[in-house]
Amino acid sequence: MTNKSPFSYPSHPSNPDSNPTGPFAFEIRDLNVWFGTKQSLFNISMNIFYQQILAIIGPSGCGKSTFLRCLNRMHELSPGVRVEGSVKLMGKEIYAADVDPTLIRRRVGMVFQKSTPFPTMSIEENVLIGLKLAGIRNRSFLEERLEQSLRMAALWDEVKDRLEAPGTSLSGGQQQRLCIARAIAVQPEVLLMDEPCSALDPIATAQIEELIVSLKKNYTIVLVTHNLQEAGKTSDYTAFFLGGKLIEMDSTKKLFTNPRHKFTEDYITGRFG
Amino acid sequence: MRVAFYRFRKLENILVQLLCAFASFFVILPFVLILVYLIVAGASSINFDFITQLPKPIGEKGGGMANSIVGTLILMGLTFLIGTPIGILSGVFVYEYGNEKLRKIVRFSADLLNGTPSIVIGILVYGWIVSPMHGFSVMAASIALSLIFIPLVLRTTEESLLLVPKELRDAALALGIRKWKVVCYVLIETAKQGILSGILVALARIAGETAPLLFTAFGNQYWTYRLDEPISALPLQIFEYAISPYEQWHRDAWAGALVLLLLIFLLHLSVRILLKKKS
Ligand SMILES: Nc1ncnc2c1ncn2[C@@H]1O[C@H](COP(=O)(O)OP(=O)(O)O)[C@@H](O)[C@H]1O
Ligand SMILES: [Mg+2]
Repeated sequence: MTNKSPFSYPSHPSNPDSNPTGPFAFEIRDLNVWFGTKQSLFNISMNIFYQQILAIIGPSGCGKSTFLRCLNRMHELSPGVRVEGSVKLMGKEIYAADVDPTLIRRRVGMVFQKSTPFPTMSIEENVLIGLKLAGIRNRSFLEERLEQSLRMAALWDEVKDRLEAPGTSLSGGQQQRLCIARAIAVQPEVLLMDEPCSALDPIATAQIEELIVSLKKNYTIVLVTHNLQEAGKTSDYTAFFLGGKLIEMDSTKKLFTNPRHKFTEDYITGRFG
Repeated sequence: MRVAFYRFRKLENILVQLLCAFASFFVILPFVLILVYLIVAGASSINFDFITQLPKPIGEKGGGMANSIVGTLILMGLTFLIGTPIGILSGVFVYEYGNEKLRKIVRFSADLLNGTPSIVIGILVYGWIVSPMHGFSVMAASIALSLIFIPLVLRTTEESLLLVPKELRDAALALGIRKWKVVCYVLIETAKQGILSGILVALARIAGETAPLLFTAFGNQYWTYRLDEPISALPLQIFEYAISPYEQWHRDAWAGALVLLLLIFLLHLSVRILLKKKS
C-alpha cells in the first residue's frame, strides 16, 4: 500500500508527515468516503491551521462538499454514506463512538451555497435561534450576542432598525450575511463555507469576501470555492482536489505561483475543469 | 407558413385555456347549486328555536336541533384532540424517522385506511368497542371518526414537510440544534400552513360523516355530556328526518344540512383569518 504524501513540500508544516508543530484546528488522516459502493474521497490527509483560512478548490464533483461535510459530521445525513479514517478537532477524534455529532456541529458551524434564512422567523429570531434552542433565556445576554453577531457579519448597520422584519425580506447578499451571523452567534471555533458567494452578484460577493477575511481573527475558516480569484484573495492556504483525491496543498501564494503538480497547474491556468 | 404555425399555437393555447375553464365550471356549479337549494329549502326553518331547542315530537310546533349541533361540535372536538397529535406525529415519523421499509409500511397503511369506506370503519368500531361495551357511545364515535381523520392528517403533514426545502433542515442541524427541535421549531413551523389546512379539510370531512356514526353514536333525542352515552349529530339527525314521512321534518332536514355547511364554512374562515394574522 503506497500511502504517498500528496504534499509538494515535504517539510511544509501542513504536511502531516513533516512532524507537525501546530496549532491545528483539524488533523485529518486517511479519510475515505463512500456513497453506497461509489467511493468519493480517497485517503485524504491534511492539517488545517488554527485561525487561518483554507481554501478548497477543484472542479465540480471532485468531493469538496463531501470533504467539508465530513468535518462537522453533516455527511451522516446522506443516506448510504460510509466514512473511514480519522478527523481530529483541536486534538480530539470527532468520529469516536462517544462523541455527539450535535456538539461537534455547535463547534463547527456551516454556511451553505444557497442562503437559508428560516422563512418563519424575523432577522433577530434567525440569529438567535441556535442559542434559544440550546436553552439560553437570558435576555440581556441574547441581545448582546445578537448585536455582536450582526456586527461581525457586517450586517448590523443595515438591519438594526428592522430586526423584527422577516429574514427572507433581505437581499441575497444580506441573507447570506444573516446566515453567517446565525452561524457565529453560537460561537463555533470553525466556520465551514461551501461556495458561499456563488449565487451572489459581484458587489455582494466582494462584501462577503471582505467579511471572511475579517473573521479570521476569531475563527478557523474552511472555504470551498470554484472561484480561483476568491481563493487567492481570501485564503492563507489552498488545497486542490481532483477526482476525490487531494492533489496538492500549500500556502495559497505558492500554490498559485509555483504549483508542483501538473494537474494543479492545468487547473489554475484554466486548461481544464 | 410560419405565421400560420404561430396562429395555430395561439389557437391551441386559447383552446386549452377554455377547456380548463370549462372543467372548473363543474366544480363551481354543483357547489352553487347545493348552496342555493339548501338556502331555498332550509333557510326558512332556521330560527332561534332551531339552534337552541331539543327536537319535539311530530305535530308539536317549535323544537330544534340544538343537541345535534352541539353533538357534532363535541365529536369534532374529540376527534381533533385524539387525531391531531397522532396524525402529525405519525406524519413526522414517515417524513423523518425510522427506516425506509417501516416508513413505507406506515404510509401504505394510511393510504389503505384512507381508501376504506367509512361504513366499514363504523362496523369495525361497532365490533371492537360498541358491542363489547354493550352500548353506543361518544367515545366509540370519536374513535371511528379518528380512524378517518388520522390518515388524512398523516398524509398532508408528510406532504407539507416534503415541501420544506432540504437546505433549511441542513442549516438548522448545522447549527448544532437537536433533531427533534429542528423538527418542531423549524420544519413543522415552516410547514404549518399546509398542516393546518390539512387538519381543516380532515375536520370538514368528518363533520359530514354519517355512516360510521350510525353504528357508534347512534343518535339521541336529548342532551348528553357523557363519553359512554349515545349522542346525536347533525348528519344523524338529518338522516333520520330525511327518511321520515313528515313534510315538517323534511324541511328541518334541509335546515340541518344548511347549518352543517355553515359550520364548516365558519371553520374555514376562522382558520384562514388566524393564519393571515400570524403571517
Ligand atoms: N448524498 C450523496 N449521495 C450519493 N453520492 C453523492 C452524494 N453527495 C455527493 N455524492 C458524490 O460524491 C462526489 C463528490 O460530490 P461533491 O462533494 O458534492 O463534489 P463538489 O462539492 O466538489 O462538487 C460526486 O461524484 C457525487 O456524485
Ligand atoms: Mg459542492
